[in-house]
Amino acid sequence: MKKIEAIIRESQFLKVRDALKDLGVKHFTYWDVTGVGKEKQPHVYRGVNYESLAISRRFISLVVSEELLDEAINAILDSASTNEVGDGKIFVLPVEKSIRIRTKESGTSSL
Amino acid sequence: MEALFTANNVWMMICTALVFIMHLGFGFLEMGLTRQKNAINIFFKNFFVITMGILVYYLIGFNLMYPGFSDGSPGIIDFAGFGLTLPGGEAIDYADGGYTYWTDFLFQAVFAATAATIVSGAVAERVKIEGFMIFSLLYVAIAYPIVGSWQWGGGWLSQLGFHDFAGSTLVHSVGGWAALMFVYFLGPRIGKYENGRINALPGHNLPLAAAGVLILWLGWFGFNGGSILSAEPTSTSLVLVNTCLAASAGAIVAFIVAKLSFKSFDLTMFMNGVLGGLVGITAGADQMNVIESIVIGGLSGVIVVYGITLLDKALKLDDPVGAIAVHLICGIWGTLAVGLFGNLAGGAQFLHQAVGVGVIGLFCVVSAIIFLFITKYTVGIRAKRDYEIQGLDCTEHAMDAYSDFQTK
Repeated sequence: MKKIEAIIRESQFLKVRDALKDLGVKHFTYWDVTGVGKEKQPHVYRGVNYESLAISRRFISLVVSEELLDEAINAILDSASTNEVGDGKIFVLPVEKSIRIRTKESGTSSL
Repeated sequence: MEALFTANNVWMMICTALVFIMHLGFGFLEMGLTRQKNAINIFFKNFFVITMGILVYYLIGFNLMYPGFSDGSPGIIDFAGFGLTLPGGEAIDYADGGYTYWTDFLFQAVFAATAATIVSGAVAERVKIEGFMIFSLLYVAIAYPIVGSWQWGGGWLSQLGFHDFAGSTLVHSVGGWAALMFVYFLGPRIGKYENGRINALPGHNLPLAAAGVLILWLGWFGFNGGSILSAEPTSTSLVLVNTCLAASAGAIVAFIVAKLSFKSFDLTMFMNGVLGGLVGITAGADQMNVIESIVIGGLSGVIVVYGITLLDKALKLDDPVGAIAVHLICGIWGTLAVGLFGNLAGGAQFLHQAVGVGVIGLFCVVSAIIFLFITKYTVGIRAKRDYEIQGLDCTEHAMDAYSDFQTK
Protein backbone atom coordinates (compact mmCIF):
# COMPACT_ATOMS: atom_id res chain seq x y z
CA MET A 1 0.00 0.00 0.00
CA LYS A 2 1.15 3.49 -0.78
CA LYS A 3 -0.11 6.88 0.23
CA ILE A 4 -0.33 9.55 -2.45
CA GLU A 5 -0.28 13.15 -1.35
CA ALA A 6 -0.79 15.75 -4.05
CA ILE A 7 -0.94 19.52 -4.01
CA ILE A 8 -3.07 20.64 -6.94
CA ARG A 9 -4.85 23.70 -8.25
CA GLU A 10 -8.37 24.16 -6.94
CA SER A 11 -9.45 24.70 -10.55
CA GLN A 12 -8.29 21.17 -11.50
CA PHE A 13 -9.90 19.47 -8.53
CA LEU A 14 -13.04 18.18 -10.27
CA LYS A 15 -10.99 16.70 -13.12
CA VAL A 16 -8.67 14.95 -10.67
CA ARG A 17 -11.61 13.64 -8.64
CA ASP A 18 -13.30 12.21 -11.75
CA ALA A 19 -10.06 10.65 -13.04
CA LEU A 20 -9.53 8.89 -9.71
CA LYS A 21 -13.14 7.79 -9.59
CA ASP A 22 -12.83 6.24 -13.09
CA LEU A 23 -9.87 4.29 -11.76
CA GLY A 24 -11.92 2.81 -8.95
CA VAL A 25 -10.65 4.94 -6.07
CA LYS A 26 -13.72 4.89 -3.85
CA HIS A 27 -12.75 7.60 -1.41
CA PHE A 28 -10.07 10.07 -0.55
CA THR A 29 -9.71 13.16 1.64
CA TYR A 30 -8.80 16.71 0.68
CA TRP A 31 -8.40 20.09 2.29
CA ASP A 32 -7.60 23.62 1.23
CA VAL A 33 -4.09 24.78 1.95
CA THR A 34 -2.04 27.93 1.63
CA GLY A 35 1.64 28.03 0.78
CA VAL A 36 4.48 29.98 -0.68
CA GLY A 37 6.08 29.16 -4.00
CA LYS A 38 7.32 30.38 -7.35
CA GLU A 39 4.00 31.61 -8.65
CA LYS A 40 3.55 35.39 -8.62
CA GLN A 41 0.10 36.79 -7.99
CA PRO A 42 0.21 40.52 -8.69
CA HIS A 43 -2.35 42.53 -6.71
CA VAL A 44 -3.26 46.21 -6.62
CA TYR A 45 -5.04 47.61 -3.56
CA ARG A 46 -5.98 51.28 -3.61
CA GLY A 47 -3.11 52.15 -5.92
CA VAL A 48 -0.46 50.14 -4.06
CA ASN A 49 1.03 47.19 -5.94
CA TYR A 50 1.86 44.10 -3.96
CA GLU A 51 2.33 40.39 -4.45
CA SER A 52 0.18 38.09 -2.44
CA LEU A 53 2.42 35.83 -0.37
CA ALA A 54 -0.33 33.33 0.11
CA ILE A 55 -0.95 30.90 -2.73
CA SER A 56 -4.10 28.80 -2.40
CA ARG A 57 -4.05 25.15 -3.39
CA ARG A 58 -5.97 21.99 -2.64
CA PHE A 59 -4.23 19.13 -0.87
CA ILE A 60 -5.50 15.61 -1.62
CA SER A 61 -4.54 12.48 0.23
CA LEU A 62 -5.33 8.87 -0.76
CA VAL A 63 -4.04 5.38 -0.03
CA VAL A 64 -3.92 2.89 -2.92
CA SER A 65 -2.76 -0.68 -3.50
CA GLU A 66 0.63 -1.27 -5.16
CA GLU A 67 -1.11 -2.39 -8.40
CA LEU A 68 -3.09 0.83 -8.67
CA LEU A 69 -0.19 3.15 -7.77
CA ASP A 70 1.22 3.97 -11.23
CA GLU A 71 -2.22 4.35 -12.78
CA ALA A 72 -3.29 6.67 -9.98
CA ILE A 73 -0.17 8.80 -10.32
CA ASN A 74 -0.66 9.04 -14.08
CA ALA A 75 -4.31 9.94 -13.64
CA ILE A 76 -3.38 12.82 -11.33
CA LEU A 77 -0.53 13.93 -13.59
CA ASP A 78 -2.88 14.11 -16.59
CA SER A 79 -5.85 15.69 -14.87
CA ALA A 80 -4.02 18.21 -12.68
CA SER A 81 -1.78 19.65 -15.36
CA THR A 82 -2.26 23.03 -17.04
CA ASN A 83 1.41 23.35 -18.08
CA GLU A 84 1.72 26.63 -16.20
CA VAL A 85 4.06 27.29 -13.25
CA GLY A 86 2.25 26.25 -10.10
CA ASP A 87 0.54 23.01 -11.12
CA GLY A 88 1.66 21.41 -7.87
CA LYS A 89 3.46 18.28 -6.71
CA ILE A 90 2.86 14.61 -5.97
CA PHE A 91 4.48 12.70 -3.11
CA VAL A 92 4.34 8.94 -2.58
CA LEU A 93 4.84 7.45 0.89
CA PRO A 94 4.84 3.86 2.15
CA VAL A 95 1.89 2.84 4.35
CA GLU A 96 2.47 0.26 7.09
CA LYS A 97 -1.05 -0.78 7.86
CA SER A 98 -4.66 -0.03 7.02
CA ILE A 99 -7.72 -1.08 9.04
CA ARG A 100 -11.42 -0.50 8.44
CA ILE A 101 -12.88 0.46 11.80
CA ARG A 102 -16.35 -1.14 11.41
CA THR A 103 -15.29 -4.61 10.13
CA LYS A 104 -11.76 -4.56 11.55
CA GLU A 105 -10.50 -6.06 8.25
CA SER A 106 -7.03 -4.92 7.26
CA GLY A 107 -4.89 -4.74 4.14
CA THR A 108 -5.93 -3.81 0.60
CA SER A 109 -9.54 -4.87 1.12
CA SER A 110 -9.94 -2.21 3.77
CA LEU A 111 -9.11 0.62 1.37
CA MET B 1 -51.89 74.01 7.02
CA GLU B 2 -52.11 71.31 9.67
CA ALA B 3 -51.87 68.60 6.98
CA LEU B 4 -48.85 70.26 5.39
CA PHE B 5 -47.18 70.49 8.80
CA THR B 6 -47.75 66.78 9.31
CA ALA B 7 -46.39 65.94 5.85
CA ASN B 8 -43.31 68.13 6.41
CA ASN B 9 -42.64 66.57 9.77
CA VAL B 10 -43.04 63.02 8.46
CA TRP B 11 -40.51 63.74 5.71
CA MET B 12 -38.07 65.17 8.25
CA MET B 13 -38.46 62.11 10.47
CA ILE B 14 -37.83 59.83 7.49
CA CYS B 15 -34.70 61.85 6.72
CA THR B 16 -33.63 61.50 10.35
CA ALA B 17 -33.94 57.73 10.05
CA LEU B 18 -31.98 57.76 6.79
CA VAL B 19 -29.14 59.75 8.35
CA PHE B 20 -29.19 57.35 11.29
CA ILE B 21 -28.70 54.33 8.98
CA MET B 22 -25.57 56.02 7.60
CA HIS B 23 -23.89 54.85 10.79
CA LEU B 24 -24.38 51.28 9.60
CA GLY B 25 -22.93 52.29 6.24
CA PHE B 26 -19.87 53.86 7.88
CA GLY B 27 -19.47 50.77 10.05
CA PHE B 28 -19.59 48.33 7.13
CA LEU B 29 -17.26 50.46 5.04
CA GLU B 30 -14.65 50.80 7.77
CA MET B 31 -14.86 47.20 8.84
CA GLY B 32 -14.65 45.92 5.27
CA LEU B 33 -11.61 48.04 4.39
CA THR B 34 -9.65 46.97 7.45
CA ARG B 35 -8.31 43.65 8.64
CA GLN B 36 -10.27 40.84 10.22
CA LYS B 37 -8.40 41.11 13.52
CA ASN B 38 -9.94 44.55 14.21
CA ALA B 39 -13.56 44.08 13.09
CA ILE B 40 -15.04 44.12 16.61
CA ASN B 41 -13.00 47.19 17.49
CA ILE B 42 -14.39 49.09 14.49
CA PHE B 43 -17.98 48.43 15.45
CA PHE B 44 -17.28 49.14 19.12
CA LYS B 45 -16.00 52.60 18.15
CA ASN B 46 -18.98 53.20 15.87
CA PHE B 47 -21.48 52.11 18.51
CA PHE B 48 -19.82 54.47 20.94
CA VAL B 49 -19.95 57.37 18.49
CA ILE B 50 -23.67 57.11 17.77
CA THR B 51 -24.77 56.44 21.35
CA MET B 52 -22.44 58.97 22.97
CA GLY B 53 -23.16 61.41 20.14
CA ILE B 54 -26.91 61.45 20.74
CA LEU B 55 -26.54 61.77 24.52
CA VAL B 56 -23.92 64.51 24.39
CA TYR B 57 -25.83 66.38 21.73
CA TYR B 58 -28.85 66.23 24.01
CA LEU B 59 -26.85 67.44 26.98
CA ILE B 60 -24.92 70.35 25.46
CA GLY B 61 -24.47 70.06 21.69
CA PHE B 62 -27.91 71.14 20.51
CA ASN B 63 -28.01 74.28 22.62
CA LEU B 64 -24.41 75.14 21.76
CA MET B 65 -25.13 74.80 18.04
CA TYR B 66 -28.53 76.58 18.10
CA PRO B 67 -28.14 79.08 20.94
CA GLY B 68 -30.44 81.68 19.34
CA PHE B 69 -27.88 84.46 18.94
CA SER B 70 -29.42 87.76 20.01
CA ASP B 71 -29.50 90.72 17.63
CA GLY B 72 -26.16 92.47 17.52
CA SER B 73 -24.31 89.44 18.89
CA PRO B 74 -21.01 88.74 17.07
CA GLY B 75 -22.31 85.19 16.59
CA ILE B 76 -19.19 83.39 17.71
CA ILE B 77 -20.28 81.44 20.78
CA ASP B 78 -23.35 81.28 22.95
CA PHE B 79 -25.10 78.59 24.96
CA ALA B 80 -28.80 78.18 25.63
CA GLY B 81 -28.49 75.87 28.61
CA PHE B 82 -28.18 72.13 29.26
CA GLY B 83 -30.63 69.57 27.94
CA LEU B 84 -33.79 70.04 25.96
CA THR B 85 -36.55 72.48 26.81
CA LEU B 86 -39.62 72.53 24.62
CA PRO B 87 -40.09 76.13 23.57
CA GLY B 88 -43.40 77.80 24.36
CA GLY B 89 -46.08 78.44 21.73
CA GLU B 90 -47.70 76.19 19.13
CA ALA B 91 -45.60 73.36 17.68
CA ILE B 92 -46.41 74.55 14.17
CA ASP B 93 -44.79 77.93 14.83
CA TYR B 94 -41.43 76.42 15.84
CA ALA B 95 -39.89 76.28 12.35
CA ASP B 96 -42.60 77.79 10.16
CA GLY B 97 -44.33 74.43 9.97
CA GLY B 98 -41.27 72.58 8.64
CA TYR B 99 -40.86 70.20 11.57
CA THR B 100 -41.35 69.97 15.32
CA TYR B 101 -38.82 70.85 17.98
CA TRP B 102 -38.27 67.16 18.70
CA THR B 103 -37.64 66.28 15.07
CA ASP B 104 -35.20 69.19 14.90
CA PHE B 105 -33.20 67.82 17.82
CA LEU B 106 -33.03 64.24 16.58
CA PHE B 107 -32.19 65.17 12.97
CA GLN B 108 -29.33 67.36 14.20
CA ALA B 109 -28.20 64.76 16.74
CA VAL B 110 -27.73 61.97 14.18
CA PHE B 111 -25.89 64.48 11.99
CA ALA B 112 -23.51 65.42 14.78
CA ALA B 113 -22.37 61.85 15.36
CA THR B 114 -21.33 61.45 11.70
CA ALA B 115 -18.47 63.94 12.20
CA ALA B 116 -16.85 61.66 14.78
CA THR B 117 -17.50 58.55 12.70
CA ILE B 118 -15.37 60.07 9.94
CA VAL B 119 -12.45 60.17 12.39
CA SER B 120 -13.07 56.56 13.40
CA GLY B 121 -12.29 55.21 9.93
CA ALA B 122 -9.08 57.18 9.49
CA VAL B 123 -7.56 56.08 12.80
CA ALA B 124 -8.75 52.48 12.59
CA GLU B 125 -6.61 49.49 13.55
CA ARG B 126 -4.15 51.28 15.85
CA VAL B 127 -6.02 53.82 17.92
CA LYS B 128 -6.38 53.15 21.65
CA ILE B 129 -10.07 52.64 22.31
CA GLU B 130 -10.22 54.87 25.44
CA GLY B 131 -8.31 57.59 23.64
CA PHE B 132 -10.71 57.50 20.71
CA MET B 133 -13.67 57.73 23.09
CA ILE B 134 -12.35 60.77 24.93
CA PHE B 135 -11.32 62.56 21.76
CA SER B 136 -14.60 61.96 19.93
CA LEU B 137 -16.59 62.96 23.01
CA LEU B 138 -14.78 66.31 23.26
CA TYR B 139 -14.98 66.88 19.52
CA VAL B 140 -18.72 66.17 19.22
CA ALA B 141 -19.53 68.06 22.42
CA ILE B 142 -17.50 71.20 21.72
CA ALA B 143 -15.87 71.65 18.31
CA TYR B 144 -18.69 70.44 16.05
CA PRO B 145 -21.51 72.47 17.67
CA ILE B 146 -19.48 75.71 17.84
CA VAL B 147 -18.62 75.51 14.15
CA GLY B 148 -22.23 74.62 13.40
CA SER B 149 -23.50 77.64 15.31
CA TRP B 150 -21.47 79.98 13.09
CA GLN B 151 -23.53 78.96 10.06
CA TRP B 152 -26.63 76.89 10.83
CA GLY B 153 -27.12 78.51 14.23
CA GLY B 154 -27.27 81.95 12.62
CA GLY B 155 -23.76 83.05 13.68
CA TRP B 156 -21.13 85.19 11.97
CA LEU B 157 -20.55 82.99 8.91
CA SER B 158 -24.21 83.01 7.93
CA GLN B 159 -24.29 86.78 8.41
CA LEU B 160 -21.23 87.01 6.16
CA GLY B 161 -23.00 85.13 3.35
CA PHE B 162 -21.21 81.78 3.55
CA HIS B 163 -23.25 78.94 2.04
CA ASP B 164 -23.01 75.31 3.11
CA PHE B 165 -26.29 73.60 2.33
CA ALA B 166 -25.96 70.27 4.12
CA GLY B 167 -22.45 70.29 5.48
CA SER B 168 -19.57 69.72 3.02
CA THR B 169 -17.61 71.87 5.44
CA LEU B 170 -19.70 71.93 8.62
CA VAL B 171 -19.91 68.16 8.88
CA HIS B 172 -17.50 66.49 6.46
CA SER B 173 -14.53 68.84 6.64
CA VAL B 174 -14.99 69.26 10.37
CA GLY B 175 -14.67 65.48 10.69
CA GLY B 176 -11.94 65.41 8.07
CA TRP B 177 -9.72 67.97 9.81
CA ALA B 178 -9.93 65.99 13.04
CA ALA B 179 -9.11 62.81 11.10
CA LEU B 180 -6.08 64.50 9.52
CA MET B 181 -4.71 65.72 12.85
CA PHE B 182 -5.39 62.42 14.60
CA VAL B 183 -3.69 60.41 11.84
CA TYR B 184 -0.70 62.80 11.89
CA PHE B 185 -0.16 62.43 15.64
CA LEU B 186 -1.03 58.74 15.72
CA GLY B 187 1.35 57.59 12.99
CA PRO B 188 0.81 54.77 10.51
CA ARG B 189 -0.20 51.20 11.27
CA ILE B 190 2.71 48.83 11.96
CA GLY B 191 3.86 47.39 8.64
CA LYS B 192 2.35 50.11 6.45
CA TYR B 193 5.63 51.90 5.71
CA GLU B 194 8.75 49.75 6.01
CA ASN B 195 12.27 50.69 4.89
CA GLY B 196 10.99 53.19 2.36
CA ARG B 197 8.48 50.72 0.97
CA ILE B 198 4.74 51.30 0.97
CA ASN B 199 2.82 48.15 1.78
CA ALA B 200 -0.82 47.40 1.06
CA LEU B 201 -2.80 46.19 4.06
CA PRO B 202 -5.86 44.91 2.20
CA GLY B 203 -9.28 45.10 3.80
CA HIS B 204 -10.85 41.78 4.72
CA ASN B 205 -14.39 42.14 3.39
CA LEU B 206 -14.82 44.23 0.27
CA PRO B 207 -18.40 43.05 -0.43
CA LEU B 208 -19.46 44.33 2.99
CA ALA B 209 -17.62 47.60 2.37
CA ALA B 210 -19.55 47.90 -0.91
CA ALA B 211 -22.81 47.38 0.96
CA GLY B 212 -21.69 50.11 3.34
CA VAL B 213 -21.20 52.57 0.49
CA LEU B 214 -24.65 51.89 -0.94
CA ILE B 215 -26.17 52.30 2.53
CA LEU B 216 -24.33 55.61 2.89
CA TRP B 217 -25.68 56.74 -0.47
CA LEU B 218 -29.19 55.82 0.65
CA GLY B 219 -28.56 57.75 3.85
CA TRP B 220 -27.57 60.79 1.81
CA PHE B 221 -31.17 61.03 0.56
CA GLY B 222 -31.93 62.06 4.13
CA PHE B 223 -28.71 63.98 4.73
CA ASN B 224 -29.26 66.29 1.74
CA GLY B 225 -33.01 65.81 1.29
CA GLY B 226 -33.64 66.66 4.93
CA SER B 227 -31.43 69.73 4.81
CA ILE B 228 -34.20 71.56 2.94
CA LEU B 229 -35.79 71.48 6.42
CA SER B 230 -39.28 70.81 5.06
CA ALA B 231 -40.87 68.59 2.42
CA GLU B 232 -41.09 71.45 -0.09
CA PRO B 233 -41.60 69.43 -3.30
CA THR B 234 -39.43 71.23 -5.88
CA SER B 235 -36.39 71.80 -3.69
CA THR B 236 -36.31 68.35 -2.09
CA SER B 237 -36.66 66.51 -5.38
CA LEU B 238 -34.06 68.68 -7.17
CA VAL B 239 -31.64 68.15 -4.28
CA LEU B 240 -32.07 64.38 -4.51
CA VAL B 241 -31.51 64.42 -8.29
CA ASN B 242 -28.37 66.55 -7.89
CA THR B 243 -27.13 64.30 -5.11
CA CYS B 244 -27.51 61.13 -7.16
CA LEU B 245 -26.03 62.62 -10.33
CA ALA B 246 -22.97 63.87 -8.46
CA ALA B 247 -22.47 60.51 -6.74
CA SER B 248 -22.70 58.66 -10.06
CA ALA B 249 -20.40 61.06 -11.89
CA GLY B 250 -17.85 60.96 -9.07
CA ALA B 251 -17.85 57.17 -9.08
CA ILE B 252 -17.50 56.74 -12.84
CA VAL B 253 -14.70 59.31 -13.06
CA ALA B 254 -12.92 57.80 -10.04
CA PHE B 255 -12.83 54.28 -11.45
CA ILE B 256 -11.63 55.53 -14.84
CA VAL B 257 -8.87 57.64 -13.25
CA ALA B 258 -7.88 54.68 -11.07
CA LYS B 259 -7.84 52.34 -14.08
CA LEU B 260 -5.61 54.74 -16.03
CA SER B 261 -3.29 55.25 -13.06
CA PHE B 262 -3.09 51.76 -11.55
CA LYS B 263 -4.09 49.54 -14.51
CA SER B 264 -6.79 47.74 -12.60
CA PHE B 265 -10.52 48.15 -12.04
CA ASP B 266 -10.25 49.03 -8.36
CA LEU B 267 -13.58 48.55 -6.58
CA THR B 268 -12.46 50.48 -3.51
CA MET B 269 -11.66 53.55 -5.63
CA PHE B 270 -15.04 53.18 -7.39
CA MET B 271 -16.68 53.23 -3.94
CA ASN B 272 -14.63 56.21 -2.74
CA GLY B 273 -15.70 57.98 -5.94
CA VAL B 274 -19.36 57.60 -4.93
CA LEU B 275 -18.57 59.11 -1.53
CA GLY B 276 -16.39 61.88 -2.97
CA GLY B 277 -19.19 62.91 -5.32
CA LEU B 278 -21.70 62.89 -2.47
CA VAL B 279 -19.52 65.00 -0.19
CA GLY B 280 -18.70 67.36 -3.06
CA ILE B 281 -22.34 68.15 -3.89
CA THR B 282 -23.44 68.45 -0.27
CA ALA B 283 -22.53 72.16 0.07
CA GLY B 284 -24.42 73.28 -3.02
CA ALA B 285 -27.04 70.62 -3.75
CA ASP B 286 -29.78 73.28 -3.51
CA GLN B 287 -28.00 75.85 -5.70
CA MET B 288 -26.89 73.78 -8.70
CA ASN B 289 -28.56 72.67 -11.88
CA VAL B 290 -28.12 69.09 -12.99
CA ILE B 291 -25.18 69.73 -15.33
CA GLU B 292 -23.29 71.63 -12.63
CA SER B 293 -23.93 68.79 -10.21
CA ILE B 294 -22.42 66.30 -12.65
CA VAL B 295 -19.35 68.53 -13.10
CA ILE B 296 -18.87 69.00 -9.33
CA GLY B 297 -19.33 65.28 -8.71
CA GLY B 298 -17.05 64.28 -11.58
CA LEU B 299 -14.23 66.54 -10.39
CA SER B 300 -14.69 65.10 -6.90
CA GLY B 301 -13.97 61.71 -8.49
CA VAL B 302 -10.61 62.96 -9.78
CA ILE B 303 -9.80 64.68 -6.49
CA VAL B 304 -10.60 61.63 -4.38
CA VAL B 305 -8.32 59.23 -6.28
CA TYR B 306 -5.37 61.63 -6.39
CA GLY B 307 -6.09 62.72 -2.81
CA ILE B 308 -5.89 59.15 -1.53
CA THR B 309 -2.67 58.51 -3.47
CA LEU B 310 -1.13 61.80 -2.32
CA LEU B 311 -1.84 61.10 1.34
CA ASP B 312 -0.80 57.47 1.14
CA LYS B 313 2.35 57.72 -0.97
CA ALA B 314 3.69 61.29 -0.74
CA LEU B 315 2.64 62.43 2.74
CA LYS B 316 2.77 58.94 4.30
CA LEU B 317 -0.44 59.57 6.23
CA ASP B 318 -2.00 56.17 6.78
CA ASP B 319 -5.77 56.43 6.31
CA PRO B 320 -7.14 52.89 5.86
CA VAL B 321 -10.51 53.97 4.46
CA GLY B 322 -9.64 57.18 2.58
CA ALA B 323 -11.68 59.32 4.98
CA ILE B 324 -9.41 62.35 4.72
CA ALA B 325 -9.53 62.46 0.93
CA VAL B 326 -13.27 61.84 0.80
CA HIS B 327 -14.49 64.06 3.63
CA LEU B 328 -11.84 66.76 4.00
CA ILE B 329 -10.54 67.33 0.48
CA CYS B 330 -13.85 66.76 -1.34
CA GLY B 331 -15.59 68.76 1.40
CA ILE B 332 -13.33 71.74 0.76
CA TRP B 333 -13.82 71.36 -2.99
CA GLY B 334 -17.60 71.17 -2.67
CA THR B 335 -17.70 74.28 -0.46
CA LEU B 336 -15.53 76.31 -2.83
CA ALA B 337 -17.58 75.04 -5.81
CA VAL B 338 -20.58 77.01 -4.49
CA GLY B 339 -18.62 80.16 -5.44
CA LEU B 340 -17.79 78.80 -8.89
CA PHE B 341 -21.04 77.15 -10.06
CA GLY B 342 -24.77 77.58 -9.60
CA ASN B 343 -27.07 80.37 -8.49
CA LEU B 344 -24.61 81.96 -6.04
CA ALA B 345 -21.47 81.82 -8.23
CA GLY B 346 -19.34 84.97 -8.13
CA GLY B 347 -16.14 86.46 -6.80
CA ALA B 348 -17.59 87.70 -3.52
CA GLN B 349 -19.31 84.37 -2.85
CA PHE B 350 -16.09 82.49 -3.62
CA LEU B 351 -14.30 84.69 -1.11
CA HIS B 352 -16.96 84.00 1.53
CA GLN B 353 -16.64 80.28 0.86
CA ALA B 354 -12.85 80.49 1.17
CA VAL B 355 -13.11 82.43 4.45
CA GLY B 356 -15.47 79.78 5.82
CA VAL B 357 -13.19 76.93 4.74
CA GLY B 358 -10.10 78.66 6.14
CA VAL B 359 -11.45 79.81 9.49
CA ILE B 360 -13.28 76.56 10.17
CA GLY B 361 -10.16 74.64 9.14
CA LEU B 362 -8.01 76.62 11.54
CA PHE B 363 -10.51 76.26 14.38
CA CYS B 364 -10.82 72.49 13.81
CA VAL B 365 -7.06 71.97 13.60
CA VAL B 366 -6.41 73.92 16.80
CA SER B 367 -9.22 72.29 18.76
CA ALA B 368 -8.25 68.81 17.48
CA ILE B 369 -4.65 69.39 18.60
CA ILE B 370 -5.79 70.55 22.05
CA PHE B 371 -8.12 67.54 22.44
CA LEU B 372 -5.40 65.19 21.18
CA PHE B 373 -2.94 66.48 23.75
CA ILE B 374 -5.51 66.16 26.51
CA THR B 375 -6.13 62.58 25.38
CA LYS B 376 -2.47 61.73 24.86
CA TYR B 377 -1.45 62.77 28.37
CA THR B 378 -4.39 61.15 30.14
CA VAL B 379 -5.26 57.77 28.63
CA GLY B 380 -3.00 57.81 25.54
CA ILE B 381 -3.92 57.64 21.88
CA ARG B 382 -2.02 54.67 20.49
CA ALA B 383 -2.79 51.02 21.21
CA LYS B 384 0.00 48.91 22.69
CA ARG B 385 2.35 47.57 20.06
CA ASP B 386 1.67 43.89 20.73
CA TYR B 387 -2.08 44.55 20.91
CA GLU B 388 -1.92 46.12 17.48
CA ILE B 389 0.09 43.23 16.06
CA GLN B 390 -2.22 40.57 17.50
CA GLY B 391 -5.29 42.57 16.63
CA LEU B 392 -7.43 44.76 18.85
CA ASP B 393 -10.32 42.26 18.87
CA CYS B 394 -8.62 39.51 20.84
CA THR B 395 -6.67 41.89 23.10
CA GLU B 396 -8.87 44.92 23.90
CA HIS B 397 -12.20 43.15 23.45
CA ALA B 398 -11.24 39.53 24.19
CA MET B 399 -13.39 38.16 21.38
CA ASP B 400 -13.21 37.16 17.74
CA ALA B 401 -15.39 38.66 15.03
CA TYR B 402 -15.81 35.29 13.34
CA SER B 403 -15.26 32.54 15.88
CA ASP B 404 -15.74 29.04 14.44
CA PHE B 405 -15.43 30.51 10.97
CA GLN B 406 -12.59 29.30 8.80
CA THR B 407 -9.83 31.88 8.70
CA LYS B 408 -6.88 32.28 6.43
